[in-house]
Amino acid sequence: MEKEYWRWPESKWMSPDIDWKTGDIISAGVDVGSVSSQAVVLVDGKLFCYSNFRTGSDSPESAQKVMDKALEETGLALEKIHFTVGTGYGRVNVPFANRALTEIACHSRGANFMYGPQVRTILDMGGQDCKAIHCDERGKVTNFLMNDKCAAGTGRGMEVFADLLSIPIEEMGQLSFKVEKEPEPVSSTCVIFAKSEAVGLLRKGWPKEKVLAAYSSAMAHRVVELLGRIKMEKDFAITGGIAKNEGIVKRIESELKIEALKPQYDTQIAGALGAALFAKALVEKERGLR
Amino acid sequence: MLAHYGYKDGSGDYFIVIDTDKCDGCGECVTACPYGVFEVGEEENDPFREEPVAKVTELHRKKIKYSCAPCKPTSGKKPLPCVQACRPDAISHSW
Amino acid sequence: MNVAGIDCGAKNVKALILEEGKIIAKSSVFSGFDQKAAAKEALDLVLKDAGLKKEDLSHITATGAGKEEVSFSQGTITEVGANAKAINFLFPSARTVIDIGAEEGRAIKISEKGKVVDFAINEKCAAGAGTFTETMARALEIKLEEMGALSLKSQKAVPMNAQCAVFAESEVVSLIHTKHTKEDIVRAVHDAIADRIASMARKIGIEKDVALVGGVARNIGFVDSLKRDLELDLLIPEDPEFSCALGAAYAAVEKAKGG
Repeated sequence: MEKEYWRWPESKWMSPDIDWKTGDIISAGVDVGSVSSQAVVLVDGKLFCYSNFRTGSDSPESAQKVMDKALEETGLALEKIHFTVGTGYGRVNVPFANRALTEIACHSRGANFMYGPQVRTILDMGGQDCKAIHCDERGKVTNFLMNDKCAAGTGRGMEVFADLLSIPIEEMGQLSFKVEKEPEPVSSTCVIFAKSEAVGLLRKGWPKEKVLAAYSSAMAHRVVELLGRIKMEKDFAITGGIAKNEGIVKRIESELKIEALKPQYDTQIAGALGAALFAKALVEKERGLR
Repeated sequence: MLAHYGYKDGSGDYFIVIDTDKCDGCGECVTACPYGVFEVGEEENDPFREEPVAKVTELHRKKIKYSCAPCKPTSGKKPLPCVQACRPDAISHSW
Repeated sequence: MNVAGIDCGAKNVKALILEEGKIIAKSSVFSGFDQKAAAKEALDLVLKDAGLKKEDLSHITATGAGKEEVSFSQGTITEVGANAKAINFLFPSARTVIDIGAEEGRAIKISEKGKVVDFAINEKCAAGAGTFTETMARALEIKLEEMGALSLKSQKAVPMNAQCAVFAESEVVSLIHTKHTKEDIVRAVHDAIADRIASMARKIGIEKDVALVGGVARNIGFVDSLKRDLELDLLIPEDPEFSCALGAAYAAVEKAKGG
């Protein structure tokens, strides 16, 4: 079989300390993205378990699968969950969700939990979109933009280059630093044009690491420009799949001259985590607690 | 909240910015726009907001450069109908 | 008097020679990754075809995205200016010119004397140019040349949501999986790009007659979609991709006469 360079590693996690049976509110969030899906379960607002898997061609099925994976070996049954919020591109296709909320709201809330209330600016680099969010100390969105029209600055753009250069996606970050000197960034923003530019550079004899470095810095520059539109503050976090690509993260940090907050959790779960936090808040609202 | 609807691509930045704190959901922009770019509904990005708010429809979010083109001739700029119609001054265009 | 016009485009370099204002030879060469070499090759070909030597040319004017790469040219003209000249000559009644090349789309408003009144450009994004249709042809595993005829056989219009060519590729693949016919998908591709081109043209205000040039004008399916969107007929020259080169050659005539 042909090697699929764009494939990224899936993950799951479960807290060793929490007993769901003692929980008052069990809430869940499911983020069905275009490329990956995540499920997060909270017990009284504490992270109980999560999973991160590829999205299949069928959204409801992917939602079910990622939830089953999260609950696997936890002894918790889906029926025991009080409230589930769906988010992401496939948010209306989560069969067991009680409500659907946008990724913007959920990412902001999730990042507030992951990075602490000081986080103000969030960059989420997803599979097929790129979001820049500014939020307050409660994780409420104050300014946002979402770019899902253009593949530049998204995971998809990186996949195109993984394929072109035959480099596995999780090695791209490291390899992009294997250059003597940082080359000029690729001049085209458009992924289609950047790809033909890259083919030209390869023909000229550039090693693929150098081409990769040129694309990585172009991509970093592009998202920094997006951040400029919303309010950029120094308490800044990067979420989503690309947050795992050091080649992009380091270049963004050096262009901004700001170091991004380092996550304790899988950066891809921010949306699902925020959804689960909203689910908890919505249960409290229902019960008249807020 | 400053809601930026639109995108940035290789050719430039195209955003319609709606200040949701100023917007009262009156819907004047919906009637004013000749191309159906706006709608008024639930604030999708703030689940706890009760009042309706103006937003750019899903259909137009990825193509406002084109949807808004007839209102933005290359020469002889004229006032934009959506911006003019908005009494609380909540709508702005970035390009 | 002989002159040459060279259009150094993103995909092909086109060259043509005018003898006393009449086209006597033309050539088209794939630009590849060395536009300089391709421009030279295109000139050599067209000279050979015309039975002339480079010294026989009174003037060479270059145009196109790579016009600065044409080392042997004696002057340059913008693509907008070249198109205005060419169309004013070919279709004196035309007031609007739509030019769609591989990487750029343009709409130009011209006066009856062929002066540029206003123009709009779609650039740096594959969604508004010929590359879009080409990328979709690859996703559909059909030849670019087949697209026109296929699209005319379409029975119904399928909407396409993606704007970006990268995302549209995936959308095309999923349309194939959901059992849409290739004919309908190709029509959707043409409708999508025609819609973007028409919106760009509306920025300058469309005035009749409207001429369509550039390589994409050879695609009858796209032409059909654009006519439907604009609700008017289009004037298309015999060799639509040579319009810019022809305009450059007319500019060369003026230069040669002007000294």
